[in-house]
Amino acid sequence: MVYLTRKIEFSASHLYHNPAFSAEENRRVFGKCNNPHGHGHNYVLEVTVAGEPDPATGMVLDLKELKEILQREVTDRMDHRFLNYEVAELSGQIPTCENIAKVIWQLLEPKITRGELHRVRLYETPDLFVDCYGDKSGAVASTGPTPE
Amino acid sequence: MEMKIHLTRRYRFAASHRLHSAQLGEEENRRVYGKCNNPYGHGHNYVVEIAVSGPVNPATGMIANLTDLDAFVENAVIEPFDHKYLNVDVDAFREHVPTAENICIEIFNRVREFPHAKLERVRVEETSLNSFEYTGETDLFSAG
Repeated sequence: MVYLTRKIEFSASHLYHNPAFSAEENRRVFGKCNNPHGHGHNYVLEVTVAGEPDPATGMVLDLKELKEILQREVTDRMDHRFLNYEVAELSGQIPTCENIAKVIWQLLEPKITRGELHRVRLYETPDLFVDCYGDKSGAVASTGPTPE
Repeated sequence: MEMKIHLTRRYRFAASHRLHSAQLGEEENRRVYGKCNNPYGHGHNYVVEIAVSGPVNPATGMIANLTDLDAFVENAVIEPFDHKYLNVDVDAFREHVPTAENICIEIFNRVREFPHAKLERVRVEETSLNSFEYTGETDLFSAG
């Protein structure tokens, strides 16, 4: 198994606010992330695809194809957007790094047709990142089965 | 779908240490540890990555509130390690040589007590060129 990782960056704003909480509780739980006008980050996304290189091309998948998928599914959707209001997939969820990584996994997983999506790593800052490995019960762990 | 998600946070501390094993003779200590055996010690800017997992709370969107994790790690690791001589100032390293391997294990044993999420991995960068990871699969030594 070979693991191929491609990195992209996007910039977006968000705020953390749960309408079921009181104003005081929102401030206590979310701290400065509850600022009503939001704030932003330069997100860095690392997408890792696992697979065996095609003997004819030496590639797990065509990087150009992966680049286009990331552009379409992530950059076009999230770059320079206010995540709470402009990304339908995050609607009704707090746009934490955890939830954004999950949404990105769900967007990418069905689009990757060569190899399989192994990990989505999303950096919110250089000191904070989330790794999403998809369905716990699926063959997505690093010790997953080798294709015959 | 239940997702497998890890949240990782990076922390920093600066500390000195000396690699010297009481189980080895002077000559062997010098041979094994080289310049790290210098009797007066030396220091590093350590970077610590703490990875935790757990269900994402639907009300907060979080595995764990970073305020809680930061406060726990600050109290359990950063405050006792930062600007200290590890061999003397941290009890566990009076007994165990403070190699980055053992620093990983000691930090794991301390942070595994974090009550709000499961500790998955501790990664320690001693310099930008070497790093160490421990996932707690073996009970190597108990918290100091």
